[in-house]
Amino acid sequence: MKHSLMVKKQTVKNTTYAYGFHKKESSVFKTPKGINQKIVESISDHKNEPSWMTKIRVEAYQIFKNYELPKWGPDLSGIDFSGIHYYNSPSNKKFKNWMDVPKDIKDTYDKIGVPEAEKKFLAGVGAQYDSEVVYHNLKNEWEKLGVIFVDTDTALQKYPELFRQYFGSLVPTADNKFSALNTAVWSGGSFLYVPKNVKVEIPLQAYFRINANAMGQFERTLIIAEEGSYVHYIEGCSAPIYTGDSLHSAVVEVIVKKGARVRYTTVQNWSNNVYNLVTKRMRVEEEGVGEWVDGNLGSKINMKYPSLILAGKGARGELLSLAYAGRGQHQDAGGKAIHLAPYTTSTITSKSVSVGGGRSSYRGMVKIANGAKGVKSFVRCDALLLDELSRSDTYPVNIVEEQDVTLGHEASVSKIGEQQLFYLMSRGLSETQATSLIVNGFIEPIVKELPLEYAVELNRLINLSMENAIA
Amino acid sequence: MKSLIIENLYVKTSDGKEILKGISLVIKQNEIHAIMGPNGGGKSTLAQVVMGNPGFTITKGKILIDKKDITKLPANKRALSGLFLGFQYPVEVPGVNFANFLRMAANEKKVKSEKSSPIAFRNLIAQESKKLAFSHDITKRFLNEGFSGGEKKKAEVLQLALLKPDFAILDEPDSGLDVDALKYISKTITGLTFPVGILLITHYQRILHFIKPDFVHILIDGKIVKSGNHLLAKQIEKSGYETLTNG
Repeated sequence: MKHSLMVKKQTVKNTTYAYGFHKKESSVFKTPKGINQKIVESISDHKNEPSWMTKIRVEAYQIFKNYELPKWGPDLSGIDFSGIHYYNSPSNKKFKNWMDVPKDIKDTYDKIGVPEAEKKFLAGVGAQYDSEVVYHNLKNEWEKLGVIFVDTDTALQKYPELFRQYFGSLVPTADNKFSALNTAVWSGGSFLYVPKNVKVEIPLQAYFRINANAMGQFERTLIIAEEGSYVHYIEGCSAPIYTGDSLHSAVVEVIVKKGARVRYTTVQNWSNNVYNLVTKRMRVEEEGVGEWVDGNLGSKINMKYPSLILAGKGARGELLSLAYAGRGQHQDAGGKAIHLAPYTTSTITSKSVSVGGGRSSYRGMVKIANGAKGVKSFVRCDALLLDELSRSDTYPVNIVEEQDVTLGHEASVSKIGEQQLFYLMSRGLSETQATSLIVNGFIEPIVKELPLEYAVELNRLINLSMENAIA
Repeated sequence: MKSLIIENLYVKTSDGKEILKGISLVIKQNEIHAIMGPNGGGKSTLAQVVMGNPGFTITKGKILIDKKDITKLPANKRALSGLFLGFQYPVEVPGVNFANFLRMAANEKKVKSEKSSPIAFRNLIAQESKKLAFSHDITKRFLNEGFSGGEKKKAEVLQLALLKPDFAILDEPDSGLDVDALKYISKTITGLTFPVGILLITHYQRILHFIKPDFVHILIDGKIVKSGNHLLAKQIEKSGYETLTNG
């Protein structure tokens, strides 16, 4: 994250940032631990939502309650649903004490060179205040173009028709237990609307949304790109995000209309106490292009399979998935491409690295519907294992109902080669440096698609992780 | 003047096969030694073992740079002690940029104030690589990935020129090269501007027309059976190795 941040005064030394501007305080509200219908209703009530939204939330809660935990993937039985605060208004997110942030997280910030102000933000110690100037300049640009970029709660209040038309249109409440939970208690997230033929040249980043709770636990993000438009949306952060909350469960819906193109880039690096269970879906219409760049570095258990629904003739989809599983982590990542229309194409590229007993899985599906002639789909998944303790699995599913298609799948699992190590070390590089180079080289095809500042931070992070793993 | 000293070296592979049976050599920093010999005699093993390939076991003997015993050091520590190996078969490392990698390696040896910036180092590479007549801009490519046989050999010599070691073992830098490439490589090696002792492993006499060795050693079945000056190489060219094994 390379942008200027200003923070409120903290009890941390060397704070050289300007403070003194004020955020308007809204009413403070936090639900008690646990979830029931009353709590769900009170969230909706606190936000002054229209009654139809309250109804959707309550129904979603009932579905959540009745659904079992999914059993086909990682073990989720450790989630304590009764121990979570499901809503905490942004203004109530009290700064935690910097002293309470675990030492290893602080050390990581120091080593990858995160600026002082960002450290506190990332650690959940400080609130986030973007430079007002930057934000307002960009905001004026967007508004001239008719682009709406606000937090999702604001969108519900200000653009209820647009909101209602698309909310839940790709991820229905009953899709899975966690989409139901998100629908019941969602808060925050981004709402982005790009009008016809508008091309947004600068990537829009989640943290440009001023005064919004960008890193909510149950974010709901909705992106609508009208015909012929273009936008690149970026969320997350490659530096580790510390949170005391153990469950992050978001829902993301992206609508790509005819001839439009949307790229959605995520880098998640939640601290290793977090269950990250996210449902992401993109629908691409005729000749449109949908792209997911999905980087998974953090969390304890991560389940995330961004989907591409290629619904219009000639629609194209691409998914780049990166998973890095260290000690105590299970990255269950992958994606789906669902071809509903003829001449649609998809490419899924997955790269995973497992180290220190970490486990990474590729879980993917390609479905080609009857009548979707001339479809081309290619899946490639490569796994790199750094030691004997670590593990990698692949669970690909192909469902093909049409004859006239081209479908390719390639998978590889490799270990760091002795010869590669020896070659690099013969030039004077330590084993740690050599291993880092090989790992960074392995993920290069995905990292090169990330914005530069993310790529740099990711690179440092992997070097750091190698130091810990080898030492 | 520094020396690379190999003292009575015995080496086994991981499955117990004895490859080197008492090799001794002293290479001074201004000397070129050529090692010749038939296939399977242990030439490449010698190169790998001196550089510190962990796949081999030294059962007896020592390797020293001057008085410093490097026999048990890992490969990177040997490199930092002044040693370089030009590989016969350089491995491909996908996704690792050639220029970045080489700068990292070159900077490992330097104190902080002397470390090269990315731009300065790219310029250095550009200068040196001109002498070797690369057909593509090597700074933009991944380390050895997709290189032709000739490009791989040239890239090894380019690394030698930029890393400036005190001693370089060059394992068959000539094999598979056409005459032009051989000339470029030889010219670069003979034109090195820093003091370097070279152990040149070759199968053929051909490269020795361009690089005149001070000493020639014949390695057969894990032993140096004969040493001499460049005339020994000529003799081999005429009559082959067999006369040596029998005599």
